[in-house]
Amino acid sequence: MPDALALYRTLVLIRRFEETILAEYRRGAFSGTTHTYIGQEANAVGVITNLQPDDIVVSNHRCHGHFLAYGGDPRALFGELMGRVTGVCGGRGGSQHLHWRNFYSNGILGSTLPLATGIALAEKMQQRQTVTTVFAGDGALGEGSVYEAFNFASLWGAPLLIVIENNHIAQTTPIALGLAGSIADRLAAFGIPASRLDTADVLKVSATVQALLAEVRQSQRPQALIIDSARFGPHSKSDDTRPIEMIEELRRTRDPLTIHGNRLAAIDRETVDAEVEALVRAAFEQALSDPPAGGAL
Amino acid sequence: MTSVLEALNNGLQRALADDSRVVLLGEDILDPYGGAFKVTRGLSTAFPERVLTTPVSEAGMTGLAAGMALRGLRPVVEIMFGDFSTLTVDPLVNTAAKLRWMYNDQVSVPLVVRTPMGGRRGYGPTHSQSIEKLFLGVPGLRVVAASHFGDPGELLYRTILRQDDPLVFVEHKLLYGLQVIDAGAASDFEIERTGSAELFPAYRLTVRGAPSPTLTLAAYGYMAELARQALVRLAYERELFAELIILTQLAPLDAAPVLESANRTGRLLTIEEGTLSAGWGAEVLARCSESLGSRLAAAGRVAAIETPIPAAAGLERRTLPEVDDILRAAEKIGAQLHA
Repeated sequence: MPDALALYRTLVLIRRFEETILAEYRRGAFSGTTHTYIGQEANAVGVITNLQPDDIVVSNHRCHGHFLAYGGDPRALFGELMGRVTGVCGGRGGSQHLHWRNFYSNGILGSTLPLATGIALAEKMQQRQTVTTVFAGDGALGEGSVYEAFNFASLWGAPLLIVIENNHIAQTTPIALGLAGSIADRLAAFGIPASRLDTADVLKVSATVQALLAEVRQSQRPQALIIDSARFGPHSKSDDTRPIEMIEELRRTRDPLTIHGNRLAAIDRETVDAEVEALVRAAFEQALSDPPAGGAL
Repeated sequence: MTSVLEALNNGLQRALADDSRVVLLGEDILDPYGGAFKVTRGLSTAFPERVLTTPVSEAGMTGLAAGMALRGLRPVVEIMFGDFSTLTVDPLVNTAAKLRWMYNDQVSVPLVVRTPMGGRRGYGPTHSQSIEKLFLGVPGLRVVAASHFGDPGELLYRTILRQDDPLVFVEHKLLYGLQVIDAGAASDFEIERTGSAELFPAYRLTVRGAPSPTLTLAAYGYMAELARQALVRLAYERELFAELIILTQLAPLDAAPVLESANRTGRLLTIEEGTLSAGWGAEVLARCSESLGSRLAAAGRVAAIETPIPAAAGLERRTLPEVDDILRAAEKIGAQLHA
């Protein structure tokens, strides 16, 4: 059972990190692009808290939350977004292209499903006993390579947990305009059992994932989890076309920080809030003063 | 005598035997069929756990192989026809070729995609193309082409085990049946290695006993054979003495062997089976022009005309470059020089 306060701490860390990015983009501290995770924090935290140290995470363009939940250094991530030598990938990758330990992300939607399947199979062929977890959004389900990967994963028995974070919107296109049929049925068609959660509660995500990971480890076959989720922020920085009332309603009813924070004593919550606030600010300031990326190309 | 097919099969067999990280993936590669062109024949019997027949999913298997390479295996993917390699472009260009660099050199992706390109078999528009030029100039992606000169089996073996980056290995279909011609083994011409490349060497081919060449031919793959035939005929029938530079690594391009030759001869003709525009020859010629300036007195390119490749034999012959096209182009360059 994961520690409730530690889970809350990671939720807040992701939230403050992403809010800092959006605010500081406006002030010119960052260049390039970003895809914020605000509202979906329970998914990353609830899944990754259950992983073993050698397990592998494959993430997508919206990867900051996954990276921080994995234990990635906020200063290195800020640095990567600022193009600093201290960045996760020395400034070469930027926001969407991160690698640290067994964490990999890439910005091409759908491409990460075959990649993760190959990773999981390579681990299995080398008897490494790991599970690979791949995060994808509902938007990626429009890509054909996703289904080739589902087929391979099932056919060849990949120890893979597929987490579909369904935030019901692909950039600005609502899911009703982009997805026919049901996500679970798509997985079922390939013989991949799909569990479904409609929640922003990190404990519910965590409990489900704990069982699924045990099943993947035991069966050495893929499992999927579809989480109905909500992103509060824009796709990128300022491209949200949804009505403000809709966002406010989502924030009121589906905020992972509120849902889980309400379980904690106010004093504990406030302590964590202050601590994380200071930590994120310090990481930002450190990265800001780090030297720019240089060296040979 | 060894055919190119036997040499490549032997290169794969040795790689599988020497390194347990090597895995083969591809469509219909299991025995008794052994692959559409039989390059993998016998391998699934010898290494059943590492030779994996796949569904018809070129994009998926290439992406999968990138993941396998990232985590310690050395996958070799067979794409049944080079035409289908368009389906591998996203996993190769946007994943495999970028990972090492964009992850700041913290990983390596030793992934090989082998595929037969080329026409002259009447397979028609979607099973005959030479589209390797689509993969040239992609940062992080190496492109190597076998020919029957040198040691194609060793070339493939090195591709799999002696380098750690994603690589497209091009095999022209008509090479499979040709006998391997090793350095020094030929009667009416001489062949020697040229340039400084260790893994993927270049070769120089000259007519035995001929005067100093006044024309450089540059080719790769099966066109190296047609260029060799042209080289001999130019010498014996028209007293035009040329030397042929054969490259095995097409990208990143190391033009030095061609430059060295063209600097001596002052004339350059590039020869490829793919279509003319924005092709390998254009890049070779640009490099030579940039380096040699007016020392390059005349130049030309031989390539396919820019239509899809017809199935009918007579039409296909008119589409793809033949020996006669090389002869005509060579004479034209000679005429330019003397005009």
